[in-house]
Order: sequence, then C-alpha cells, then structure tokens
Amino acid sequence: MTVVSSHKDPEALTLTFVAEFDASVERVWQVWEDPRQLERWWGPPTWPATFDRHDFVQGGRSNYYMTGPDGEKARGWWVITSIQPPHRLEFDDGFADENGEPARDMGATHGVVTLEASEVGTRMTAVTTFESVEQLEKMSAMGMEEGMREALSQIDALLAEVRA
Amino acid sequence: MVVESVVDDEADRIFHALADATRRDIVVRVVQQEQSVSTLAAGYAMSFAAVQKHVAVLERAALVVKERRGREQIVHGNLETVRRATRLLQRYEELWRYRVQNISSILSEDREEDREEDRETENE
Repeated sequence: MTVVSSHKDPEALTLTFVAEFDASVERVWQVWEDPRQLERWWGPPTWPATFDRHDFVQGGRSNYYMTGPDGEKARGWWVITSIQPPHRLEFDDGFADENGEPARDMGATHGVVTLEASEVGTRMTAVTTFESVEQLEKMSAMGMEEGMREALSQIDALLAEVRA
Repeated sequence: MVVESVVDDEADRIFHALADATRRDIVVRVVQQEQSVSTLAAGYAMSFAAVQKHVAVLERAALVVKERRGREQIVHGNLETVRRATRLLQRYEELWRYRVQNISSILSEDREEDREEDRETENE
C-alpha cells in the first residue's frame, strides 16, 4: 500500500485521501461492497464496526455500529446517493440513535470514492466533506487519541492472523 | 452512550463561520494582510453592512480580530483558530491512513491464498 497524497482544506472542510493498492479495481470495490470486509477496516482503532444492513445500491441504506473498548456502542448510517460499480461511490454518513435512525442534529459527512486502474493496480481517491463539527469531533474522540501506536498493534494482529 | 462528549461551542462557531464562501474568502484575505472593513467591502458585490455582519460572525468564532484605528475598523486573521480546524482534519486524516492500511491487509490475504493454491497445485 502506498499513500499517494493527502490534502486537507480546513476552510472548505474537506479531506482528500489518495492511496494505491496492489489489486484490481474489482477487488478493491469488494472491500466496500462486502459488509464482512468493510467492517474489518471502517471503524477507528479500538472501535471495530459491525454492519447490520448494507444495501449497496442507489438510494440504499446501511446501518452499523462501532463497539468501543468498554463495550459501548456508537451507531451510524449510510445512504448511497450515487453508485457506479466498480468505479464510483457517493454516500452520506452520519451518527444514528439507539434505533439506528439518523440523529439529524448530528449532521452528516459526504463521501466520494473513486477507483481507477493504475500502474500499481488501483488508485483509490476518497474525498470526505464535513457538514458538522460534531461529526468530526465525535469521530476524533473515538480512539484517535491513542494514535498510531494502537493502530499499528491492530495491524500487527491482522498480519499475524494472515500468517497463521 | 459513554462516548465522551467533546462537542464544544467554540469549534461549532468556527465551522459555522467557515461554512460560507464569502467568510472563507475574508479569512484568506485578512490572514494574508490586515484590512479595513471598508476595503473589504469594496471587494464584494454586497453592502457595507452585509460585509460587516460577515466579519462579526468571524469575530465571534475568533477567526479574525477587529480593532478600531481612528475612523477605520481594521480586521486581521487569527491563525491559532485556523490551525485548530486544521488539527481536527489532521486527526481524521490519521483515521484514513489506518483504514487504508487495514484494506491493504485484507487484500494481502488474497495473495497469501493465491500462493497457497499455487503450492497445492504444485504438490498435485
């Protein structure tokens, strides 16, 4: 994996993250499409995600929750606003209440993901636009403070699983 | 929910203030060089009062500081606050870095499986 570039625009509140993977576009699309694969990477460190619902179609809804280190749950939702498999995905992502219904006062982020063939395999560009600071602050509160040390230990565990 | 509540009014004001294109433009201008409200107003197709209102929103968010010099109101940027917005995005950037590493781990399992299949084929 190579992180090609990352660009923050604090005024427009967007983050553009570009990465390359040594796999086909169709294969990288699967990590978004298959909820069992998606939940292995979506949640922040120490907050793994579980997707109860994942309608990966235009207008489709996803429901998920992230489980924190003390067993607490943070619920979220997606609505797929545009989808062109296996190249482009647009979705809104927000926090949800106990019943999985969108917590409207929390706002949402809008994500645009594009996958294109590259020399390495696939170039993935993910643009996240924030509407609300609560979303950003709350996401930051979940596991981010532990920083990369935690993240690296989780990755080590995953790699050990692969070797086993 | 035990999720720590970190929502704070100051951050909320910052992001609200920056949600408007004119206000973002004002911040960029005054961070580069301090300007009077009347100089700023001359640069926009809107009334002096409207520009003054935008400056007031930015001032409440502490993104700019306004001071009176004689008959002029001078506006300059508050870099500390702009940096705070950048720091929040920085943390989100770390999340994406982590996500991309996890995706790579998942993809590398395929190659591991391929190699195992190759070995099985060789053994046949």
